[in-house]
Amino acid sequence: MSKMPDLQSYIKETVTYKAVYTLLQYLYDFFETFGKISYRLVEVLKYMFSFQINFKQVIEQSSRFAVDSLPITLSIVSMTAIILAMQIAPEMVKQGGKDYIGLLVALTMVREIGVIMSGFAIISMIGSSQASELATMRVTEQIDAMNVLKVSPFKYLFLPRVLAGFIMMPFVVVLATTVGIITGGLMSMISAKDVTWLCYVTSVWQGLYIRDINIMLLKSACFGGCISLISSSCGYDAAGGAKGVGIATTKAVVWSFVAIVIIDCIFAVAFYF
Amino acid sequence: MAIKVQNLTKVFDDKKVLDNISFTVEEGEILSIVGFSGSGKSTILKILCGLLSPDSGIIDIGDGDVAMVFQYSALFDSLNVFDNISFALHERKEFKGKYTKQEIKDIVAKSLKTVGLEGIEDKFPHELSGGMQKRVSLARAIVTKPQFILYDEPTAGLDPVASTVIEDYILRLRDETKATSIVVTHQMSTITRCSDKVIMLYDGHIVFRGTPDDLLRQDNPYTRQFVSASLDGPMKIAASSF
Repeated sequence: MSKMPDLQSYIKETVTYKAVYTLLQYLYDFFETFGKISYRLVEVLKYMFSFQINFKQVIEQSSRFAVDSLPITLSIVSMTAIILAMQIAPEMVKQGGKDYIGLLVALTMVREIGVIMSGFAIISMIGSSQASELATMRVTEQIDAMNVLKVSPFKYLFLPRVLAGFIMMPFVVVLATTVGIITGGLMSMISAKDVTWLCYVTSVWQGLYIRDINIMLLKSACFGGCISLISSSCGYDAAGGAKGVGIATTKAVVWSFVAIVIIDCIFAVAFYF
Repeated sequence: MAIKVQNLTKVFDDKKVLDNISFTVEEGEILSIVGFSGSGKSTILKILCGLLSPDSGIIDIGDGDVAMVFQYSALFDSLNVFDNISFALHERKEFKGKYTKQEIKDIVAKSLKTVGLEGIEDKFPHELSGGMQKRVSLARAIVTKPQFILYDEPTAGLDPVASTVIEDYILRLRDETKATSIVVTHQMSTITRCSDKVIMLYDGHIVFRGTPDDLLRQDNPYTRQFVSASLDGPMKIAASSF
Protein backbone atom coordinates (compact mmCIF):
# COMPACT_ATOMS: atom_id res chain seq x y z
CA MET A 1 0.00 0.00 0.00
CA SER A 2 1.49 3.32 -1.05
CA LYS A 3 2.19 5.84 1.67
CA MET A 4 0.01 9.00 1.69
CA PRO A 5 2.12 12.09 0.96
CA ASP A 6 2.52 14.55 3.83
CA LEU A 7 0.04 17.40 3.21
CA GLN A 8 2.51 20.12 4.25
CA SER A 9 5.20 18.83 1.87
CA TYR A 10 2.63 18.52 -0.89
CA ILE A 11 1.50 22.15 -0.47
CA LYS A 12 5.10 23.34 -0.47
CA GLU A 13 5.66 21.72 -3.85
CA THR A 14 2.77 23.50 -5.56
CA VAL A 15 3.45 26.32 -8.00
CA THR A 16 1.00 28.61 -6.21
CA TYR A 17 2.80 28.16 -2.89
CA LYS A 18 6.16 28.85 -4.50
CA ALA A 19 4.84 31.95 -6.28
CA VAL A 20 3.22 33.35 -3.13
CA TYR A 21 6.30 32.51 -1.05
CA THR A 22 8.63 34.26 -3.52
CA LEU A 23 6.34 37.29 -3.67
CA LEU A 24 6.23 37.53 0.12
CA GLN A 25 10.01 37.22 0.25
CA TYR A 26 10.34 40.12 -2.22
CA LEU A 27 7.90 42.17 -0.16
CA TYR A 28 9.78 41.39 3.04
CA ASP A 29 13.08 42.32 1.40
CA PHE A 30 11.55 45.54 0.05
CA PHE A 31 10.22 46.69 3.42
CA GLU A 32 13.39 45.64 5.22
CA THR A 33 15.60 47.60 2.80
CA PHE A 34 13.24 50.58 2.86
CA GLY A 35 13.24 50.54 6.66
CA LYS A 36 17.02 50.40 6.84
CA ILE A 37 17.42 53.26 4.37
CA SER A 38 14.90 55.36 6.33
CA TYR A 39 16.66 54.64 9.61
CA ARG A 40 20.02 55.61 8.12
CA LEU A 41 18.54 58.82 6.73
CA VAL A 42 17.45 59.71 10.26
CA GLU A 43 20.95 58.93 11.58
CA VAL A 44 22.53 61.07 8.85
CA LEU A 45 20.18 63.98 9.59
CA LYS A 46 20.91 63.63 13.29
CA TYR A 47 24.65 64.03 12.72
CA MET A 48 24.10 66.78 10.16
CA PHE A 49 21.93 68.92 12.41
CA SER A 50 24.28 68.43 15.35
CA PHE A 51 27.05 69.74 13.01
CA GLN A 52 29.23 66.66 13.39
CA ILE A 53 30.39 67.02 9.82
CA ASN A 54 33.79 65.90 8.58
CA PHE A 55 34.42 68.66 6.03
CA LYS A 56 37.58 67.03 4.69
CA GLN A 57 35.52 63.96 3.78
CA VAL A 58 32.72 66.10 2.34
CA ILE A 59 35.18 67.89 0.05
CA GLU A 60 36.80 64.62 -0.99
CA GLN A 61 33.45 62.98 -1.74
CA SER A 62 32.18 66.13 -3.52
CA SER A 63 35.21 66.07 -5.75
CA ARG A 64 34.56 62.44 -6.62
CA PHE A 65 30.85 63.04 -7.10
CA ALA A 66 31.13 66.05 -9.38
CA VAL A 67 34.49 65.80 -11.13
CA ASP A 68 34.65 62.05 -11.73
CA SER A 69 31.10 61.84 -13.02
CA LEU A 70 31.25 64.90 -15.26
CA PRO A 71 32.60 63.37 -18.51
CA ILE A 72 30.02 60.57 -18.59
CA THR A 73 27.16 62.85 -17.48
CA LEU A 74 27.94 65.50 -20.08
CA SER A 75 28.32 62.87 -22.79
CA ILE A 76 24.99 61.17 -22.01
CA VAL A 77 22.97 64.37 -21.64
CA SER A 78 24.42 66.04 -24.72
CA MET A 79 23.92 62.89 -26.80
CA THR A 80 20.31 62.76 -25.67
CA ALA A 81 19.85 66.42 -26.59
CA ILE A 82 21.41 65.79 -30.01
CA ILE A 83 19.05 62.85 -30.65
CA LEU A 84 16.07 64.91 -29.48
CA ALA A 85 16.95 67.93 -31.64
CA MET A 86 17.78 65.72 -34.63
CA GLN A 87 14.28 64.25 -34.57
CA ILE A 88 12.15 67.26 -33.66
CA ALA A 89 13.86 70.12 -35.54
CA PRO A 90 13.01 69.04 -39.16
CA GLU A 91 9.47 68.10 -38.10
CA MET A 92 8.91 71.44 -36.32
CA VAL A 93 10.18 73.35 -39.37
CA LYS A 94 7.79 71.37 -41.58
CA GLN A 95 4.89 72.26 -39.28
CA GLY A 96 5.89 75.93 -39.20
CA GLY A 97 7.09 75.87 -35.64
CA LYS A 98 10.76 76.64 -36.07
CA ASP A 99 10.48 79.43 -33.48
CA TYR A 100 9.62 76.86 -30.82
CA ILE A 101 12.45 74.37 -31.30
CA GLY A 102 14.65 75.98 -28.62
CA LEU A 103 11.71 76.16 -26.24
CA LEU A 104 10.89 72.49 -26.69
CA VAL A 105 14.48 71.31 -26.29
CA ALA A 106 15.10 73.57 -23.29
CA LEU A 107 11.90 72.63 -21.50
CA THR A 108 12.51 68.92 -22.06
CA MET A 109 16.09 69.22 -20.88
CA VAL A 110 15.39 71.37 -17.81
CA ARG A 111 12.21 69.70 -16.64
CA GLU A 112 13.05 66.09 -17.36
CA ILE A 113 15.84 64.74 -19.55
CA GLY A 114 18.77 66.72 -18.12
CA VAL A 115 18.00 65.69 -14.55
CA ILE A 116 16.97 62.10 -15.07
CA MET A 117 19.76 61.27 -17.53
CA SER A 118 22.32 62.88 -15.19
CA GLY A 119 20.83 60.78 -12.41
CA PHE A 120 21.26 57.59 -14.42
CA ALA A 121 24.85 58.54 -15.29
CA ILE A 122 25.65 59.34 -11.64
CA ILE A 123 24.13 56.05 -10.46
CA SER A 124 26.24 54.02 -12.87
CA MET A 125 29.40 55.99 -12.17
CA ILE A 126 29.23 57.11 -8.52
CA GLY A 127 26.42 55.11 -6.93
CA SER A 128 27.92 51.78 -7.94
CA SER A 129 31.35 52.95 -6.79
CA GLN A 130 30.02 54.06 -3.39
CA ALA A 131 28.12 50.80 -2.93
CA SER A 132 31.07 48.58 -3.83
CA GLU A 133 33.44 50.66 -1.67
CA LEU A 134 31.29 50.31 1.44
CA ALA A 135 30.52 46.67 0.65
CA THR A 136 34.25 45.93 0.45
CA MET A 137 34.79 47.77 3.72
CA ARG A 138 32.04 45.64 5.25
CA VAL A 139 33.35 42.26 4.08
CA THR A 140 36.94 43.12 5.05
CA GLU A 141 35.77 44.10 8.57
CA GLN A 142 36.81 47.74 8.13
CA ILE A 143 33.33 48.90 9.18
CA ASP A 144 33.51 46.60 12.22
CA ALA A 145 36.88 48.16 13.06
CA MET A 146 35.32 51.61 12.78
CA ASN A 147 32.54 50.60 15.18
CA VAL A 148 35.05 49.16 17.65
CA LEU A 149 36.97 52.45 17.50
CA LYS A 150 33.64 54.07 18.47
CA VAL A 151 33.38 56.13 15.29
CA SER A 152 29.93 55.99 13.74
CA PRO A 153 29.97 54.83 10.10
CA PHE A 154 26.84 56.96 9.59
CA LYS A 155 28.83 60.02 10.58
CA TYR A 156 32.10 59.15 8.85
CA LEU A 157 30.91 57.29 5.73
CA PHE A 158 27.25 58.14 5.10
CA LEU A 159 26.99 61.84 5.97
CA PRO A 160 29.84 63.10 3.71
CA ARG A 161 28.54 61.05 0.79
CA VAL A 162 24.92 62.13 1.19
CA LEU A 163 25.94 65.78 1.64
CA ALA A 164 28.25 65.59 -1.37
CA GLY A 165 25.41 64.17 -3.48
CA PHE A 166 22.94 66.74 -2.25
CA ILE A 167 25.27 69.68 -2.87
CA MET A 168 27.07 68.62 -6.06
CA MET A 169 24.28 67.04 -8.09
CA PRO A 170 22.63 70.43 -8.90
CA PHE A 171 25.98 71.72 -10.23
CA VAL A 172 26.42 68.65 -12.41
CA VAL A 173 22.84 68.89 -13.68
CA VAL A 174 23.08 72.63 -14.45
CA LEU A 175 26.27 72.05 -16.40
CA ALA A 176 24.89 68.98 -18.19
CA THR A 177 21.61 70.71 -19.05
CA THR A 178 23.41 73.80 -20.36
CA VAL A 179 25.65 71.68 -22.53
CA GLY A 180 22.57 69.70 -23.61
CA ILE A 181 20.69 72.85 -24.68
CA ILE A 182 23.75 74.12 -26.58
CA THR A 183 24.37 70.82 -28.38
CA GLY A 184 20.64 70.58 -29.07
CA GLY A 185 20.81 74.00 -30.72
CA LEU A 186 23.80 73.06 -32.82
CA MET A 187 22.07 69.86 -33.93
CA SER A 188 18.88 71.78 -34.78
CA MET A 189 20.89 74.10 -37.05
CA ILE A 190 22.52 71.13 -38.75
CA SER A 191 19.38 69.03 -39.20
CA ALA A 192 16.93 71.80 -40.20
CA LYS A 193 17.81 74.42 -42.81
CA ASP A 194 15.95 77.49 -41.62
CA VAL A 195 16.91 77.34 -37.96
CA THR A 196 19.42 80.02 -36.90
CA TRP A 197 21.31 80.26 -33.62
CA LEU A 198 19.54 83.53 -32.73
CA CYS A 199 16.14 82.02 -33.46
CA TYR A 200 16.98 78.97 -31.30
CA VAL A 201 18.35 80.96 -28.33
CA THR A 202 15.44 83.42 -28.42
CA SER A 203 12.92 80.60 -28.31
CA VAL A 204 14.75 78.95 -25.37
CA TRP A 205 13.80 81.90 -23.15
CA GLN A 206 10.23 82.10 -24.40
CA GLY A 207 8.86 79.29 -22.29
CA LEU A 208 11.53 78.68 -19.69
CA TYR A 209 10.88 80.26 -16.31
CA ILE A 210 12.97 80.64 -13.19
CA ARG A 211 10.47 78.33 -11.47
CA ASP A 212 11.49 75.49 -13.83
CA ILE A 213 15.13 76.03 -12.98
CA ASN A 214 14.39 76.11 -9.24
CA ILE A 215 12.44 72.86 -9.48
CA MET A 216 15.30 71.33 -11.48
CA LEU A 217 17.80 72.35 -8.79
CA LEU A 218 15.65 70.98 -5.98
CA LYS A 219 14.94 67.75 -7.83
CA SER A 220 18.59 67.20 -8.68
CA ALA A 221 19.62 67.81 -5.05
CA CYS A 222 17.08 65.19 -3.95
CA PHE A 223 18.38 62.79 -6.61
CA GLY A 224 21.98 63.30 -5.48
CA GLY A 225 21.27 62.78 -1.80
CA CYS A 226 19.03 59.83 -2.54
CA ILE A 227 21.56 58.08 -4.80
CA SER A 228 24.30 58.43 -2.18
CA LEU A 229 22.07 57.30 0.67
CA ILE A 230 20.74 54.22 -1.15
CA SER A 231 24.14 53.24 -2.56
CA SER A 232 25.87 53.62 0.80
CA SER A 233 23.09 51.76 2.57
CA CYS A 234 23.11 48.81 0.17
CA GLY A 235 26.91 48.61 0.37
CA TYR A 236 26.79 48.78 4.16
CA ASP A 237 24.55 45.69 4.30
CA ALA A 238 26.84 43.53 2.13
CA ALA A 239 27.77 40.11 3.42
CA GLY A 240 29.80 37.15 2.29
CA GLY A 241 32.83 38.21 0.28
CA ALA A 242 33.16 39.03 -3.41
CA LYS A 243 29.71 37.68 -4.27
CA GLY A 244 28.19 39.83 -1.52
CA VAL A 245 29.91 42.92 -2.93
CA GLY A 246 28.44 42.15 -6.36
CA ILE A 247 24.95 41.61 -4.98
CA ALA A 248 25.11 44.82 -2.92
CA THR A 249 26.27 46.86 -5.92
CA THR A 250 23.51 45.50 -8.16
CA LYS A 251 20.93 46.16 -5.47
CA ALA A 252 22.20 49.73 -5.03
CA VAL A 253 21.95 50.44 -8.76
CA VAL A 254 18.45 48.93 -9.10
CA TRP A 255 17.11 50.67 -5.99
CA SER A 256 18.62 54.01 -7.03
CA PHE A 257 17.13 53.78 -10.53
CA VAL A 258 13.68 53.00 -9.17
CA ALA A 259 13.96 55.64 -6.43
CA ILE A 260 14.85 58.51 -8.76
CA VAL A 261 12.03 57.59 -11.16
CA ILE A 262 9.59 57.62 -8.21
CA ILE A 263 10.97 60.96 -6.97
CA ASP A 264 10.68 62.28 -10.52
CA CYS A 265 7.01 61.24 -10.62
CA ILE A 266 6.38 62.92 -7.26
CA PHE A 267 7.95 66.17 -8.52
CA ALA A 268 5.98 66.01 -11.78
CA VAL A 269 2.70 65.54 -9.92
CA ALA A 270 3.55 68.16 -7.28
CA PHE A 271 4.67 70.91 -9.63
CA TYR A 272 3.28 70.28 -13.12
CA PHE A 273 0.03 68.34 -12.68
CA MET B 1 40.01 46.06 35.03
CA ALA B 2 38.69 42.52 34.85
CA ILE B 3 36.31 40.98 32.33
CA LYS B 4 33.46 39.01 33.85
CA VAL B 5 31.15 37.01 31.60
CA GLN B 6 28.20 35.17 33.10
CA ASN B 7 25.77 32.79 31.42
CA LEU B 8 26.41 34.19 27.94
CA THR B 9 24.14 32.72 25.27
CA LYS B 10 24.01 33.51 21.56
CA VAL B 11 21.84 31.82 18.97
CA PHE B 12 22.24 32.09 15.19
CA ASP B 13 19.47 30.59 13.02
CA ASP B 14 18.26 28.20 15.74
CA LYS B 15 21.85 27.07 16.45
CA LYS B 16 23.13 27.81 19.95
CA VAL B 17 26.65 29.01 19.22
CA LEU B 18 27.24 29.95 22.86
CA ASP B 19 25.29 28.17 25.56
CA ASN B 20 25.52 29.59 29.07
CA ILE B 21 29.22 30.46 28.89
CA SER B 22 30.83 31.97 32.01
CA PHE B 23 34.42 33.00 32.58
CA THR B 24 36.51 35.71 34.19
CA VAL B 25 39.73 37.35 33.05
CA GLU B 26 41.55 39.17 35.84
CA GLU B 27 43.17 42.57 35.31
CA GLY B 28 46.32 42.36 33.20
CA GLU B 29 45.78 38.69 32.37
CA ILE B 30 45.82 37.15 28.92
CA LEU B 31 43.14 34.54 28.29
CA SER B 32 43.34 32.37 25.19
CA ILE B 33 40.13 30.98 23.74
CA VAL B 34 40.69 27.90 21.63
CA GLY B 35 38.47 25.49 19.80
CA PHE B 36 37.60 24.26 16.34
CA SER B 37 36.34 26.58 13.61
CA GLY B 38 32.74 27.59 14.17
CA SER B 39 32.84 26.93 17.91
CA GLY B 40 31.91 30.53 18.77
CA LYS B 41 35.32 31.96 19.71
CA SER B 42 35.09 35.05 17.52
CA THR B 43 31.44 35.49 18.53
CA ILE B 44 32.59 36.03 22.13
CA LEU B 45 34.99 38.76 20.98
CA LYS B 46 32.33 40.42 18.84
CA ILE B 47 29.93 40.45 21.78
CA LEU B 48 32.58 41.85 24.11
CA CYS B 49 33.42 44.73 21.76
CA GLY B 50 29.77 45.49 21.05
CA LEU B 51 29.53 44.33 17.44
CA LEU B 52 26.95 41.69 18.41
CA SER B 53 24.36 41.65 21.16
CA PRO B 54 24.06 38.58 23.38
CA ASP B 55 20.71 36.81 23.54
CA SER B 56 21.16 36.49 27.29
CA GLY B 57 23.88 36.75 29.91
CA ILE B 58 25.83 39.43 31.74
CA ILE B 59 29.07 41.01 30.55
CA ASP B 60 30.84 43.17 33.09
CA ILE B 61 33.67 45.26 31.70
CA GLY B 62 32.82 48.41 33.65
CA ASP B 63 33.23 51.54 31.56
CA GLY B 64 36.56 50.42 30.16
CA ASP B 65 37.56 51.04 26.57
CA VAL B 66 37.79 47.94 24.35
CA ALA B 67 40.15 47.65 21.37
CA MET B 68 40.24 44.81 18.90
CA VAL B 69 42.89 43.45 16.57
CA PHE B 70 41.10 41.79 13.67
CA GLN B 71 42.07 38.55 11.97
CA TYR B 72 42.87 40.25 8.65
CA SER B 73 44.01 43.51 10.28
CA ALA B 74 40.98 45.47 8.95
CA LEU B 75 43.09 48.54 8.25
CA PHE B 76 41.26 51.29 6.35
CA ASP B 77 42.73 50.78 2.90
CA SER B 78 41.98 54.31 1.68
CA LEU B 79 44.00 55.82 4.54
CA ASN B 80 47.74 55.73 5.10
CA VAL B 81 49.30 54.27 8.25
CA PHE B 82 49.31 57.62 10.06
CA ASP B 83 45.61 58.24 9.37
CA ASN B 84 44.76 54.65 10.30
CA ILE B 85 46.44 54.90 13.67
CA SER B 86 45.23 58.43 14.43
CA PHE B 87 41.71 57.68 13.15
CA ALA B 88 40.09 57.44 16.59
CA LEU B 89 41.99 60.51 17.85
CA HIS B 90 40.63 62.57 14.96
CA GLU B 91 37.14 61.16 14.67
CA ARG B 92 36.05 60.02 18.11
CA LYS B 93 33.94 62.59 19.91
CA GLU B 94 35.76 62.31 23.23
CA PHE B 95 39.17 62.95 21.61
CA LYS B 96 38.08 65.90 19.43
CA GLY B 97 40.27 68.88 20.29
CA LYS B 98 42.04 66.99 23.05
CA TYR B 99 45.35 66.75 21.24
CA THR B 100 47.24 69.17 19.01
CA LYS B 101 48.48 68.04 15.59
CA GLN B 102 52.01 67.67 16.97
CA GLU B 103 50.77 65.63 19.94
CA ILE B 104 48.89 63.29 17.61
CA LYS B 105 52.04 62.91 15.49
CA ASP B 106 53.99 62.03 18.62
CA ILE B 107 51.36 59.54 19.82
CA VAL B 108 51.32 57.81 16.42
CA ALA B 109 55.12 57.72 16.30
CA LYS B 110 55.21 56.24 19.81
CA SER B 111 52.60 53.60 18.93
CA LEU B 112 54.53 52.63 15.82
CA LYS B 113 57.75 52.45 17.85
CA THR B 114 56.03 50.13 20.33
CA VAL B 115 55.35 47.68 17.51
CA GLY B 116 58.78 48.19 15.93
CA LEU B 117 57.65 50.04 12.81
CA GLU B 118 59.07 53.55 12.94
CA GLY B 119 58.90 55.79 9.88
CA ILE B 120 56.15 54.10 7.87
CA GLU B 121 53.47 56.74 8.53
CA ASP B 122 53.06 57.61 4.84
CA LYS B 123 52.68 54.06 3.56
CA PHE B 124 49.30 52.60 2.62
CA PRO B 125 48.13 49.20 3.90
CA HIS B 126 48.58 47.53 0.48
CA GLU B 127 52.26 48.48 0.58
CA LEU B 128 52.82 46.48 3.79
CA SER B 129 53.37 42.76 4.38
CA GLY B 130 50.80 40.72 6.33
CA GLY B 131 52.93 40.83 9.48
CA MET B 132 53.42 44.59 9.21
CA GLN B 133 49.69 45.09 8.72
CA LYS B 134 49.05 43.12 11.90
CA ARG B 135 51.53 45.29 13.78
CA VAL B 136 49.95 48.50 12.46
CA SER B 137 46.63 47.04 13.60
CA LEU B 138 48.17 46.55 17.07
CA ALA B 139 49.40 50.15 17.03
CA ARG B 140 45.92 51.36 16.07
CA ALA B 141 44.41 49.33 18.90
CA ILE B 142 46.63 50.78 21.63
CA VAL B 143 46.49 54.42 20.55
CA THR B 144 43.38 55.09 22.66
CA LYS B 145 44.98 53.45 25.72
CA PRO B 146 42.31 50.76 26.06
CA GLN B 147 41.75 48.75 29.23
CA PHE B 148 40.89 45.66 27.19
CA ILE B 149 42.51 44.33 24.02
CA LEU B 150 40.85 41.55 22.04
CA TYR B 151 42.87 39.63 19.45
CA ASP B 152 41.05 37.63 16.77
CA GLU B 153 43.55 35.05 15.50
CA PRO B 154 46.45 37.52 15.54
CA THR B 155 48.96 35.07 14.08
CA ALA B 156 46.72 33.44 11.46
CA GLY B 157 48.28 33.39 8.03
CA LEU B 158 51.73 34.45 9.22
CA ASP B 159 54.96 32.49 8.95
CA PRO B 160 56.38 31.09 12.22
CA VAL B 161 58.91 33.89 12.68
CA ALA B 162 56.35 36.64 12.04
CA SER B 163 54.02 34.81 14.46
CA THR B 164 56.71 34.91 17.15
CA VAL B 165 57.16 38.65 16.56
CA ILE B 166 53.41 39.24 16.99
CA GLU B 167 53.36 37.05 20.12
CA ASP B 168 56.21 39.10 21.58
CA TYR B 169 54.28 42.29 20.90
CA ILE B 170 51.14 40.90 22.54
CA LEU B 171 53.18 40.28 25.70
CA ARG B 172 54.92 43.63 25.41
CA LEU B 173 51.63 45.50 25.00
CA ARG B 174 50.21 43.73 28.04
CA ASP B 175 53.27 44.74 30.08
CA GLU B 176 53.23 48.34 28.83
CA THR B 177 49.49 49.04 28.88
CA LYS B 178 48.47 46.66 31.70
CA ALA B 179 45.47 45.87 29.52
CA THR B 180 43.38 42.77 30.10
CA SER B 181 43.51 40.70 26.93
CA ILE B 182 41.65 37.88 25.24
CA VAL B 183 43.30 36.04 22.35
CA VAL B 184 41.34 33.79 20.01
CA THR B 185 43.80 31.46 18.37
CA HIS B 186 44.45 28.02 16.95
CA GLN B 187 48.20 28.31 17.10
CA MET B 188 49.90 26.31 19.87
CA SER B 189 52.88 28.70 20.07
CA THR B 190 50.54 31.63 20.69
CA ILE B 191 48.68 29.67 23.36
CA THR B 192 51.80 28.51 25.19
CA ARG B 193 53.82 31.72 24.90
CA CYS B 194 51.14 34.37 25.49
CA SER B 195 48.42 32.94 27.70
CA ASP B 196 47.98 33.02 31.45
CA LYS B 197 44.77 31.01 31.15
CA VAL B 198 43.12 28.98 28.42
CA ILE B 199 39.51 28.00 27.83
CA MET B 200 38.38 25.62 25.14
CA LEU B 201 34.98 25.80 23.44
CA TYR B 202 33.08 22.99 21.84
CA ASP B 203 29.42 22.83 20.85
CA GLY B 204 28.66 26.11 22.64
CA HIS B 205 30.15 24.99 25.96
CA ILE B 206 33.46 25.43 27.74
CA VAL B 207 35.00 21.95 27.79
CA PHE B 208 38.33 22.93 29.32
CA ARG B 209 39.67 25.63 31.64
CA GLY B 210 43.22 25.81 32.84
CA THR B 211 46.72 27.03 32.18
CA PRO B 212 48.67 26.37 28.98
CA ASP B 213 50.56 23.65 30.91
CA ASP B 214 47.26 21.97 31.80
CA LEU B 215 46.31 22.05 28.13
CA LEU B 216 49.54 20.33 27.11
CA ARG B 217 49.20 17.74 29.87
CA GLN B 218 46.41 16.22 27.80
CA ASP B 219 44.49 14.60 30.65
CA ASN B 220 41.27 15.97 29.21
CA PRO B 221 39.92 14.09 26.16
CA TYR B 222 38.98 17.35 24.42
CA THR B 223 42.40 18.95 24.84
CA ARG B 224 44.07 15.66 23.93
CA GLN B 225 42.21 15.61 20.63
CA PHE B 226 42.87 19.33 20.01
CA VAL B 227 46.60 19.18 20.75
CA SER B 228 47.14 15.97 18.79
CA ALA B 229 44.95 17.28 15.92
CA SER B 230 43.23 13.93 15.85
CA LEU B 231 39.96 13.10 14.14
CA ASP B 232 39.21 10.56 16.89
CA GLY B 233 37.86 11.93 20.10
CA PRO B 234 34.82 13.46 21.71
CA MET B 235 34.69 16.38 19.26
CA LYS B 236 32.90 15.54 16.04
CA ILE B 237 33.65 17.95 13.26
CA ALA B 238 30.92 18.56 10.71
CA ALA B 239 32.14 18.87 7.15
CA SER B 240 30.28 22.18 6.94
CA SER B 241 32.57 23.64 9.62
CA PHE B 242 35.52 23.78 7.24
